[in-house]
Order: sequence, then C-alpha cells, then structure tokens
Amino acid sequence: MSLIPYFLIGSAFGAVLMEAEVVSWFRIQEMFRFDAFHMYGIIGSAVVVAGLSLLAIKTLGLRAADGSPLALEPKTLGSGVRYIAGGSIFGLGWALTGACPGPLVALVGGGVPVMAVALVSALAGTWVYGFLRPHLPH
Amino acid sequence: MPFVTHPLPWYIAGPLIGLVVPALLLLGNKSFGISSNFRHVCAAVAPCGLDFFEHDWKRSGLWNLVFLAGVFTGATLAAWLAPPPVEIAQHTIDTLRGLGLRETGGLAPAGIFTWAALLTLRGFVCIVVGGFLVGFGTAYAGGCTSGHAIAGLADLQVPSLVAVVGFFAGGLTTTYVILPWLLR
Repeated sequence: MSLIPYFLIGSAFGAVLMEAEVVSWFRIQEMFRFDAFHMYGIIGSAVVVAGLSLLAIKTLGLRAADGSPLALEPKTLGSGVRYIAGGSIFGLGWALTGACPGPLVALVGGGVPVMAVALVSALAGTWVYGFLRPHLPH
Repeated sequence: MPFVTHPLPWYIAGPLIGLVVPALLLLGNKSFGISSNFRHVCAAVAPCGLDFFEHDWKRSGLWNLVFLAGVFTGATLAAWLAPPPVEIAQHTIDTLRGLGLRETGGLAPAGIFTWAALLTLRGFVCIVVGGFLVGFGTAYAGGCTSGHAIAGLADLQVPSLVAVVGFFAGGLTTTYVILPWLLR
C-alpha cells in the first residue's frame, strides 16, 4: 500500500489551513467572539460537503478492497462524560494556543516555531490521559 | 503572490476540507482525525505498558502520521509562497486592544508566541498549558475539530455533537474568563 496519496491529501489540507488563515490565533479569537462568519462558514460548509459525500458513498454501497463497507468508525455515547469533559478541556486549550491539532503542526513550519513546544506539551497531555485513563469517568 | 486572495474564502476552503473525509475513505477506508496521531506517537515513543498505547500504531496509524507530515509540508510551503496577512474583524481588534494585547494580526500574537515569552506567565499558559490541554482533552474526548466537528458531525454521530458543545464551552471560558485575566 502506497502512503504517498495520504501525504498529498495532507499537504493540500495543510495548505488550505494556512491560506484560509484557520491556523491563526486571531481567527480563533474572532470565532469565539462571534465577530466574523469566516470560521463558521469553513466548518459549516466542510460538514455539509463531507455529509453529502458520506451519503453518496452509502447510497452507492461502496466497499473497501476487503469487502467491508466504506464508513467512519462509529463512536459510542455511553454516559457522554468523556465527550463533554474531554471536549471542554480541549476547548480551553484550543482558545489558549489558538490552534487545534492540525494547525499546531502547521504552525511549527509555517511561521510560529515555538509551537513545537506546544506540540510536545500536547503529546505529554495525551500521555498523561493514557496514564490516568483507568481512573477517569467515561 | 497575486494568485491567492487572503483569506482563502470560506466557501472554497470549507468544501475542500470537507472532501478530505471521502478522499480518505475511498483511498483506504480511513477515518479523518488528526489527534489520533498524538496517541500513535506516544505508543511509538513511550508506551510504558499503558493500555491506551498498546495498539499496533504502525498498522492503524502510519497512514495518519504520513498525512500529518503532509499537513506540515503543505502549510510550510504555503506560508512561504503566499504568507497570509491575517486581517481580522475590527471589533475583535478593539476588544483585544482593550484587554491589553498590542498585536492584532498575523498568525499569533508576537509578544506571546516566542521562545523568549515561554518564561512569562502568558507565554507559559498559552503555549505549555494550552498545548497540554489540547493533548489531554482530545485524547479524553476521542477526537478534535477534524474527527468530531467535521467528520463526526457530517456522519450525524451524537457523541461528536456532545464533544463540539464541550469544545465551545471550553473555548468560550478561555476567551471570556481566562484571557482577560491573563492579558491584563
């Protein structure tokens, strides 16, 4: 299996994040202060296009090479605690760094090299979650 | 460079980002989601016998790490060829000035996101604490903006909607409570 197509799609995604300024701390502030439509337009139209594509894939009954239907991994709600608590913790960090995980990586090479520290810190955060996981409500 | 207007309009950027979801499915039945890579890197570098890092990261995550290398490369090239000026809404500029922030454009506030500022309170909180919360929160929630807010919502998954409500609860708390305190 060639990995090159994944690299190319990732590159296009990274270039779009940069040119649409999604990677900017200021665009995230603008979004959380409801001062511009830009970020909502991007996320909203991405959801619509992705949703219509998923519908088309399902309607056409497309399958992978091994015969399994093409579909996203389903998530189970459970008590929902992990989604609301984990989501809120991520949200706190998103507005502090002004970057979600993709932009964090994009910024390291795209003009804010100190984001490498935030990236290492994020890895530490994920590791600590892995360490505490048996004791956290999910 | 004259061939890109800044910012790239939302009605071009959004659909292009949305197309990543079917592209990855068609390529290899892969689910779009960036933050899984943090888990894969932990599993590769320091699994330390923890259950969460016991998965076969090469088998389930190598494609995603390559995707992320692409994100880095694409963003770096784009920033070099056509650096985005980032001119935000005047109302946000006025509000941030009122909070005590001098810079109001560019990729990030120059007084906070520098090596020198790492040892200041605002630099440490925004970069080190912020980064930690991003890594902890996305692992706990099982996804970030890409996996939950885009792929999950597009797939009408209820857990993703709950997660996105959390994203905004946290983001608004930082914006309206923590940042005003941090920047004063």
